[in-house]
Amino acid sequence: MKRVVITGAGTINALAQDVQSTFAAMREGRGGIGPLDIRDVDRLNVKIGAQVKGWHPEEHFSRQQILLYDRYTQFTLHAARQAVAQAGLDFDGHLGYETGVVLGTAGGGLTTQDENYRAVYEEGKNRVHPFVVPKLMNNAAASHLSMEFNIKGPSFTVATACASSNHAMGLAFQMIRSGACRAMLTGGAEAMLCFGGIKAWEGLRVMSTDACRPFSLNRSGMVQGEGAAIYFFEEYEQARRRGAEILAEVIGFAMTSDASDIVMPSKQGAARAIAGALRDAGLNPEDVGYINAHGTGTSANDKTECAAIADVFGPHADRLMISSTKAMHGHAIGGTGAIEMLACLLALREDIIAPTIGYEEPDPECALDVVPNVARQARVPVVLSNAFAFGGMNAVLALRRAP
Amino acid sequence: MGESVKERVIAILAEQAVMDTADIRMEDSLEDLGLDSLGLVESIFAIEEAFDISVPFNANEPGKSQFDISSVAAVIAAVEGLVARKAA
Repeated sequence: MKRVVITGAGTINALAQDVQSTFAAMREGRGGIGPLDIRDVDRLNVKIGAQVKGWHPEEHFSRQQILLYDRYTQFTLHAARQAVAQAGLDFDGHLGYETGVVLGTAGGGLTTQDENYRAVYEEGKNRVHPFVVPKLMNNAAASHLSMEFNIKGPSFTVATACASSNHAMGLAFQMIRSGACRAMLTGGAEAMLCFGGIKAWEGLRVMSTDACRPFSLNRSGMVQGEGAAIYFFEEYEQARRRGAEILAEVIGFAMTSDASDIVMPSKQGAARAIAGALRDAGLNPEDVGYINAHGTGTSANDKTECAAIADVFGPHADRLMISSTKAMHGHAIGGTGAIEMLACLLALREDIIAPTIGYEEPDPECALDVVPNVARQARVPVVLSNAFAFGGMNAVLALRRAP
Repeated sequence: MGESVKERVIAILAEQAVMDTADIRMEDSLEDLGLDSLGLVESIFAIEEAFDISVPFNANEPGKSQFDISSVAAVIAAVEGLVARKAA
């Protein structure tokens, strides 16, 4: 089996529009949640979100490209350009055939759908722009990445709600490990902060109207975010031979299904995914120093996740650190796992554990070290990244420091 | 206005719980009726639609919501309050 390393990373999210500035925000425990600036916000009960501000597509794309790129595709391309530049490769030769693109998104071009439903239903228009379908489809971003970089190997999009990008990155890892591909562009994106996107979530009554406070006794629900993070995964020997800078090694992945409830999480399903990732990576529980939690800030997720961690790690659960960075960048739904992977890289590369901000009151049902409010200096050899989606679909990745 | 608020709320809860309205007792809790978290959120939505009111309820902190869901009687009283406030 091949070893898999990360040699490029890029992002855009509510904290920043590149990796280093996102690291800086995570180090400082800075939050990106604020008042939503979207059309018809006055008709929403939830008026906050972690919105990408100061984004000017015309600075990055031509007029023709913008006509074809939904906001989620724009985010994906912006992040991918950073990742590919850092990897320092081009795909014009044989590498292009042996490289693929696997991305995660839940809503795909939801902003495009929202705008065009508004045009035909609310405004009564009988004509829409010819590119609505190629703009809104869930594989649009993956297709545009393959076109922009001339990547011709296996390329597709996975949709598992809030676990989408963890599933995508896990599959990319498996494809390189098995030898099916030499490299993969992977990660995920979401741009759901539009009137319809938020109104649908309001219906479930799990959204907070004031703040995201994961693991805190007074937590009041999730806050949506948006953005993308894209990585270049590469077979280790190739990366070593060409002297690439290795950001981290991906060493394990597991996915499970709860098979129980469409919205309520299951401790067993989460625990099986965590334990499966350890097994896949050949790790003992004691090897893990940090877990980037799913940590949505809902009553149900946070206590279930802590119980699952306690089950898998036993006494070591009290010694490891877990944090939810969603309180900073919001819950970016299908793109969230990819954005959260940045906190894992920050831990493995810079020995900084990103905090759980907004934390106010200990919850006896979340009695773990959640790194409250302030980042911590710590050297950890191995980290996990959890994602537990609606529908009971769980995906956990294991990473370690660069070899 | 044939039916009272009480009758309509009971009808909504009975439908969600797949029970006969006659079997619903005022002192029953929603758990007694077998309503899970989705059933509860659905019932609240049905109540909002039926009475054209907005029910303050967050599933993350049911205890803190001003909307008392501790029993069938409490729900009816809370809905009556919201309906009266709307009329005022």
